Amino acid sequence: MSKARTSIVRTGAVHAALIAYTLVALFPVFLTIANSFKSRNAIFREPLAIPTPETFSLIGYETVLKQGDFLGYFQNSLVVTVVSIALVLLFGAMAAFALSEYRFRGNTLMGLYLALGIMIPIRLGTVAILQGMVAANLVNTLTALILVYTAQGLPLAVFILSEFMRTVSDDLKNAGRIDGLSEYAIFFRLVLPLVRPAMATVAVFTMIPIWNDLWFPLILAPAETTKTVTLGSQIFIGQFVTNWNAVLSALSLAIFPVLVLYVIFSRQLIRGITAGAVK
Amino acid sequence: MGSLELKSIRKAYGGHEVLKGIDLEVKDGEFVIFVGPSGCGKSTLLRTIAGLEDATSGSVQIDGEEVGHVAPAKRGIAMVFQSYALYPHLTVKDNMGLGLKQAGAPKAEIEERIAKAAGMLSLEPYLARRPAELSGGQRQRVAIGRAIVREPKLFLFDEPLSNLDAALRVNTRLEIARLHRSLKATMIYVTHDQVEAMTLADKIVVLNAGQIEQVGSPMELYNRPANLFVAGFIGSPQMNFIDGAKLGDGAAKTIGIRPEHIGLSRDGGEWKGKVIHVEHLGADTIVYLETETVGTLTVRLFGEHRYAADDVAYATPVIGSMHRFDTDGRVVNSGP
Repeated sequence: MSKARTSIVRTGAVHAALIAYTLVALFPVFLTIANSFKSRNAIFREPLAIPTPETFSLIGYETVLKQGDFLGYFQNSLVVTVVSIALVLLFGAMAAFALSEYRFRGNTLMGLYLALGIMIPIRLGTVAILQGMVAANLVNTLTALILVYTAQGLPLAVFILSEFMRTVSDDLKNAGRIDGLSEYAIFFRLVLPLVRPAMATVAVFTMIPIWNDLWFPLILAPAETTKTVTLGSQIFIGQFVTNWNAVLSALSLAIFPVLVLYVIFSRQLIRGITAGAVK
Repeated sequence: MGSLELKSIRKAYGGHEVLKGIDLEVKDGEFVIFVGPSGCGKSTLLRTIAGLEDATSGSVQIDGEEVGHVAPAKRGIAMVFQSYALYPHLTVKDNMGLGLKQAGAPKAEIEERIAKAAGMLSLEPYLARRPAELSGGQRQRVAIGRAIVREPKLFLFDEPLSNLDAALRVNTRLEIARLHRSLKATMIYVTHDQVEAMTLADKIVVLNAGQIEQVGSPMELYNRPANLFVAGFIGSPQMNFIDGAKLGDGAAKTIGIRPEHIGLSRDGGEWKGKVIHVEHLGADTIVYLETETVGTLTVRLFGEHRYAADDVAYATPVIGSMHRFDTDGRVVNSGP
């Protein structure tokens, strides 16, 4: 091993930087969760203190669970997120397979066109999207959100997955063809299992913005029955008075489902599935 | 059954022509090897036969039947790939049985054929394992087993030994030769290694730049190369090429002599020269000689010889062993 690598100063510096970053990144989360268990006065008096027996209070959670249909909001968020991810992965992988596997006229151009969405934010088209949804009678439905989020997630999915699919051995696909597998079977049974780590990456990148989005739920589906968690939490934020206990509790609760999804996907990130397929 | 006929196969990617009109006939039971340098189109030709690539023009017939528009799975072929291409999520047994399962063969028959193939390749202990749990040689045997199970009309091998180490390569080569004898099947094999080609083939097809240079048995190619390319490609070490003018031969532009057809002596001979390097291989001694008249010569002597660098030696070609080529590189009238 080289000298530079074993140097204590160097390792220490690297660790210090990483630990500092971790603290900075986790601090807001810590603050949110810690304060959600405190009484209103304690939040304002000592925002940085952790809850003590005197300041401990569940008033925020009680408010959240009583007011509004929070369970329903969670369900809406979950349905929208999970269905959107599923559609993004399915269609994204299919498009990526076509782009990486088949030679056809305009292949590169098509790939660039599909990747364009990474650079152009979908919110620029909000007015047109709203007009379209009104015309299609989809306003205040979860379908509207799912459609928009699927469109929003596809460019990145196509971009990442087509790069990964290029790395899947041609020999393997050809062996499948000789064994009589259809192109669909090759896609679903040979290629998809091999790009699972990439699928998990795409899922995580797609999931977070959808779960956290406020914009489209506010515009396309603000009805009580279709509210998502982020939109639902807004009722506690007023122009003059904000119920901080409730807001912080709602946010703390909102972290958990997405955390669970993340854990599920990150397990897939483990590599080594391809070992033994080729070479 | 398993004959193959190719008629003026052409393949172009965009404007770039990879195969420039290939005509070839392979008889039932033959072991045919496509050999040539990298990029000569031999793999493309094999994939065209398999149906993995469509020829731009020309026809492929297997057993007299035109298969140009038949899917690879319906052509009655099986292919062994350089990278093994085993399905990573299936066991050895399922890897071997997948093709038959897709074709809708009855379960008992699949079992029976897998057992037979596994027996031939001594794969029985590994049937329940996944490819990741096998060594490279075992994986390639599974890939060969997968081909055998299909009982194809044509076996196609795409550089199957390239990923194996030297010892395994020799073993697997023997195994393939043995399989060919016991199955009596038609096999087409692609390699860039001329030793593999010489040792396995009934018939070698030498390809260069998308064209067939010569077709013949290994000894035909060795003894009567049709042109400069084949002469240089077959045989190791490479044939010596001497400018015809230096030997006063007006009819031949180039004269070729194989290293093993040159005698070496310290006392006297036709071409005087200085030894520049010697390779002692035990069975052979390869001497590189800088001669005064004909340039650098490679001489292959059988057995051990005590030549060393800077020794003076005289080289003499074996009579009748010269190959004479004209300005286009074609043979004029060959040696024995």
